[in-house]
Amino acid sequence: MKLTGAEIFVESLKKEGVDTVFGFPGGAVIHIYDKLFDSDINHYLARHEQAAVHAADGYARSSGKVGVALVTSGPGATNTVTGIATAYMDSIPIVVFTGQVPTALIGNDAFQEADIVGITRPCTKHNYLVKDVKDLPKIIKEAFHVAASGRPGPVLIDIPKDVLMASTEFNYPETYTMRSYKPTLEGHKGQIQKALKAIHKAKKPVIYAGGGVILSGASKELTKFAKKLNIPVTTTLMGLGGFPGTDPLFMGMLGMHGTYAANMATSHCDILIAIGSRFDDRVTGKISEFAPDATIIHIDIDPTSISKNVKVDIPIVGDVKHVLNKAFDIMKTEKPPKTDPYKEWREDVDKWENAHKLGYKHTKTKTKPQYVVERLFELTKGDAIITTEVGQNQMWAAQFYKYNHPRSFLTSGGLGTMGYGFPAAIGAQVAFPDKTVIDIAGDGSIQMNIQELATVKQYRLPVKIAILNNGFLGMVRQWQQLFFNKRYSSTCLEVQPDFVKLAEAYGVVGLRSESPADVDDVIKEALATKHPVVMDFVVDREENIYPMVPSGASLKEMLLV
Amino acid sequence: MRHVISVLVENEFGVLSRISGLFSGRGFNIESLCVAETLDPDVSKMTIVTRGSDEIVEQITKQLRKLITVIKVTDFTGTDYIDRELILVKVKANDDTRSEVLSITDIFRAKVVDVSPTAYTIELTGDQNKISAILELFKPIGVVEIVSSGTIAIARSDKSAKK
Ligand SMILES: Cc1ncc(C[n+]2csc(CCOP(=O)(O)OP(=O)(O)O)c2C)c(N)n1
Repeated sequence: MKLTGAEIFVESLKKEGVDTVFGFPGGAVIHIYDKLFDSDINHYLARHEQAAVHAADGYARSSGKVGVALVTSGPGATNTVTGIATAYMDSIPIVVFTGQVPTALIGNDAFQEADIVGITRPCTKHNYLVKDVKDLPKIIKEAFHVAASGRPGPVLIDIPKDVLMASTEFNYPETYTMRSYKPTLEGHKGQIQKALKAIHKAKKPVIYAGGGVILSGASKELTKFAKKLNIPVTTTLMGLGGFPGTDPLFMGMLGMHGTYAANMATSHCDILIAIGSRFDDRVTGKISEFAPDATIIHIDIDPTSISKNVKVDIPIVGDVKHVLNKAFDIMKTEKPPKTDPYKEWREDVDKWENAHKLGYKHTKTKTKPQYVVERLFELTKGDAIITTEVGQNQMWAAQFYKYNHPRSFLTSGGLGTMGYGFPAAIGAQVAFPDKTVIDIAGDGSIQMNIQELATVKQYRLPVKIAILNNGFLGMVRQWQQLFFNKRYSSTCLEVQPDFVKLAEAYGVVGLRSESPADVDDVIKEALATKHPVVMDFVVDREENIYPMVPSGASLKEMLLV
Repeated sequence: MRHVISVLVENEFGVLSRISGLFSGRGFNIESLCVAETLDPDVSKMTIVTRGSDEIVEQITKQLRKLITVIKVTDFTGTDYIDRELILVKVKANDDTRSEVLSITDIFRAKVVDVSPTAYTIELTGDQNKISAILELFKPIGVVEIVSSGTIAIARSDKSAKK
């Protein structure tokens, strides 16, 4: 049967098992929207294309499925760039469809034309311009495969309007043939053996796990591996939830705002087992002093991550889950050690843990932002999906909420995109309608996609927003306080909306907490309703996030509370 | 250090900018780049010459391999390979220098491909050493203009036979 490009779009998505699309219409994609009108695919109308892409990203991060966004040409397409770059930096599988001007007009500065394939080339895993409707099914098939496999990432498909209107015989390919794309999943057995040998010889091992653990679905394997060998674990921001946050082996996050124990253990270990992590500069601090005495094992699916920033002694290219399972097979043939070889080392770690715990000074008059996050953890029993904006709110959310499950903490780690958390929460709520989804926000960041209050209202999505309202661009203010002599240049948000009234203007519940005594009541009331809620927590304005490793310093040089 | 990298790619639009973008996005210069179809018209071969430390070039080759449209990447550096470049060079020629230009051309087995009252245009194929040697000799006589094809390279056959 002959179908138009627009019909092929809908049918191909169905073949890929897609039932949810986040988007925003326009002239170039009006034919697709006409077909969506009576299809079974649920389309969520965002109020900004950036938010549509973040929502697709949040949907993908929370569910593990590929997220899909659909926008029009020109400004619709360029508005997606931040969303795409965010997904790219954190290796999130999404497919973004953009409309394009008709093929005959491409390159003519036509109305609403933008070379989005050119613009997004450096921030997509791959992208396509569809020049013939006959290629559309094959390209969609490939795009979903590329997005989800190997090291996942965003893929963009740009479809000119005439391609959407043209017809062709529709046959959705069963498989893809890509001679040039074959990610390595299985780790090299010899390398895994070598790594295990090195671990057995070591006295002071540390596991440093990243987002790759979550992307690979290997949290169980990681947990089993660490517990079997009794090795202390730290994770990156992206790895939170990949290992149970309340487990005694967990030292907390490492890096710039990592815990004292995690940073000290990493600095003193004799073997560092990097699992699905990529030695980002926010993690390593001064690179020459990062894990200086350690043999470094690195398991990663992406060969370009290996020895990029830090020289790796035992590289293992492969999918984390496959590699760990292979390691278990090898370990079955080994004799277990008679005594616990790392006992003394864990005692050292305990000492560091007790020397400087994460903490803050609770007061009766001023609400500490950390207290709000702690109460959110207690009152949701650690069972919510938490998204964050960027800044201090993000770091407090990382430190004071404990993540026991993968895919329960969604944050823009690589790009650090303010405005990410709220739309990402929308995506997560769509994926999990019955879960509690909370965006822990700053008063600055939340305003970058505040328009999405209309979206949660329209689709009755009970997303909760917890604004830690300090009246500052807090993280930047903290840097100015510590390193620029308190010269608060353009970081004081002197004019702020009344967030409660703003929520109400959108038909959403708004609640305010003025003092520590209000915090529990506000959270309880918010959690009790099936409606979206904006919680405005007025917090101590100049609270800082600690520990802090100043930019460029070694992990040992932490500023503590 | 100079690296000669051979890249086999899908022959489709945009592939050149994907590759060059990878270099420019990281602030690396491409010294020369040649592209042409192979026997299989769906596949093109590029020869890229770049300079950088071994770590940087290793990172570049890994990044190249990561591109979806790249089929194969070979860094020829440190292996046994043949590379060639073609130049066309216009050299000033008057009654005093004409014979000197011709004899240099002869010695290098180059060819005169165009003659005018004031200049000869010479075609020469060779590796970098040969090319720079002839240019050194032409310079004092007067080089008016020069174009170069950039380097193309191929592994020596015993090597490729092993694979
Ligand atoms: C889109 C974007 N612009 C600028 C920045 C730089 N930046 C990082 S944190 C921050 C402050 C965020 O302020 P707020 O949302 O109020 O959060 P707080 O740090 O106060 O918790 C800024 C401006 C960024 N990360 N993203």
